[in-house]
Amino acid sequence: MTQSEAAPDAASDSTVDAAYEAKLRADYDGQSREDVLRDYREMLRIRRFEEAAARAYTRGKISGFLHLYIGQEAIAIATQQVMEPGDRVVSTYRTHGFAIALGSDPKACAAELFGKAAGLVGGVGGSMHFFDKERGLWGGYAIVGNHIPVAAGHAFASQYTGDGRVTLCFMGDGAVGIGPVHEGMTMAGIMKLPIVFVVENNQYSMGTPLKRTLPVEDITARAAGYGFASDRFHVTSVQETRRRLGEAVERARKDGKPTLVELITYRFRGHSMSDPAKYRQKEEVERWRLNDPLERTLMALKTIYQVPEAELDAMDETIVAEMDGAYEFADKAPVPAPEARFENVMAEGPYYGDSATTRPAGVE
Amino acid sequence: MPILQIRQAIRDAMKEEMERDERVFLMGEEVGYYNGAYKCSEGLLDHFGAKRVIDTPITETGFAGIGIGAAMCGLRPIVEFMTFNFSAVAFDQILNNAAKLRHMTHGQFGVPMVFRGPNAAAHMLGSTHSQAFEHFYAHIPGLKVVAVATPYDAKGLLKTAIRDENPVLFLESELMYSVKGEVPEEEYLIPFGQADIKRPGDHVTVITWGQGVPVALKAAELAAAEDVSCEVIDLRSLRPMDEAAIIASVKKTNRAVIVYHGWPNGGVGGDIIARIQELAFDDLDAPVLRVCYEDLPMPYAENLENLILPSPERALAAIRRVTYKR
Repeated sequence: MTQSEAAPDAASDSTVDAAYEAKLRADYDGQSREDVLRDYREMLRIRRFEEAAARAYTRGKISGFLHLYIGQEAIAIATQQVMEPGDRVVSTYRTHGFAIALGSDPKACAAELFGKAAGLVGGVGGSMHFFDKERGLWGGYAIVGNHIPVAAGHAFASQYTGDGRVTLCFMGDGAVGIGPVHEGMTMAGIMKLPIVFVVENNQYSMGTPLKRTLPVEDITARAAGYGFASDRFHVTSVQETRRRLGEAVERARKDGKPTLVELITYRFRGHSMSDPAKYRQKEEVERWRLNDPLERTLMALKTIYQVPEAELDAMDETIVAEMDGAYEFADKAPVPAPEARFENVMAEGPYYGDSATTRPAGVE
Repeated sequence: MPILQIRQAIRDAMKEEMERDERVFLMGEEVGYYNGAYKCSEGLLDHFGAKRVIDTPITETGFAGIGIGAAMCGLRPIVEFMTFNFSAVAFDQILNNAAKLRHMTHGQFGVPMVFRGPNAAAHMLGSTHSQAFEHFYAHIPGLKVVAVATPYDAKGLLKTAIRDENPVLFLESELMYSVKGEVPEEEYLIPFGQADIKRPGDHVTVITWGQGVPVALKAAELAAAEDVSCEVIDLRSLRPMDEAAIIASVKKTNRAVIVYHGWPNGGVGGDIIARIQELAFDDLDAPVLRVCYEDLPMPYAENLENLILPSPERALAAIRRVTYKR
């Protein structure tokens, strides 16, 4: 099977044919107009944030590596919707989408990309190291796979303290071959930790297609070896992703059983801004584009919910203005003070973590 | 005052801190039902139960990472490496996660935890099991690195390490777990960054730590027979390092020899020499010398290993050289 054939069934061209529309109607059965509009708006916010990031990168305003999430936004939105307060998301260097989805301020996100003091982590992390603890974003890890044991550690702490929280640990398909993934999952399986491991399979490990990096194409085949439950599906809508991720989160919270979920998705940009993605054909990209959850949601809003173009355009304009404003803010924001480089290398006071149960009595 | 072995002092430190603070737990290979590969955790499983004394599979990256993730949530893990040689498997966790997360998250997270276990060459274990890791870890901002040589220091420094808000690498010695010494019954803590003068002297400063301490002390004894008085300074912590103690002694003796386990290239020994030449250049009457491993992988054969290890005899030769007595 070729990569392009792996794309889910879709119409043969960009016009909406009867079969496509029937599938769309089935997928959106029972969804309220408000919910679908909300999902669309939230996904669009990520996409517009990242498109602006790409433009700023091209203009030389952003340096380092910039990995875009364009095409995968539904995953971050669905994740936000299944989380309860205190639940933790641990992710990779492709993490702007989670930050925006979880409610991080786009101004702080843009300022981080620009290396400014007002950035999410004070300008010391850049695109690859987004952390926003207050909103449940626990990284932001740029060494492939090395966050899997750390995420298992968060879940261990939940088990130890009984705080009832679930950790959702995301990784790319390219991560599953590296050692820490195996060790972290082994530990999670033995200890029965409240965690969900999610592989965002976007078809390419940087520029290398799956079939050249995976001995067995179905990544969830590994779940049995760790004693995990598993689930595997194409991400074509927020609601389906929400439903199925929700089951895994519930399993972690109620039964303390980890799940390995493989989400089959696609990134429409290269691995990073320096990758023109010449390793794939235009036809392949176009086929996936028909199943881009954002495009499908837009199509559903137009054809099923009959949302007027003007309303959708106005929403888009509002979001574009919000994101442009964020980048304007970032551009004007001051760089970190020279003394800032000395900050946070060593602890200056007590650290209590995030859980009331790890805090001594009387300490706020 | 009770006499304890280093392994007992380590166990008592962990036991007291676990009793004091429920956030503290011990995790590692064989720490529970086996009571520790070197019996440093003897009885702790029975006392605290399997929730807090946790046997792991052979997954250094896995359990080092679990410790880091748990510390970020507010727990106080003690992660035992059966030997620091195996910490190489978890090096990325220590280098890129433990040491950097506070900085990289702009202070949103901390990693208060201890990695501990025996370090450096023991006896005839071959090249993969005979390495000194302080030279790797002391290089890294965001970490603290401690090495102990007596039961008193082991207990007082380990308690400090467990209470520290930063990741601490706590280096012990397989060959020295049975070393005995006085340990007070009442609680005490030893702050990091304070060297201890293990033997006062006037002619040569001998700087050492960890497994180097008995070598340096024996060399000082041999030198005394030649009327050379050595001041043996046990640094105890390498990051932070008690620079003031080193410099004060060198200003008095005008000579220094550094005795340690580890290779000469790029290690803590060279770092100490850099500090001495920077801060006491005009006080030196001789080049500062290092007595450490020869710049070679460690062979198994006993005679070859003995040639490579720092010995009292080699240290004595260096002491003679800096005093121009040869």
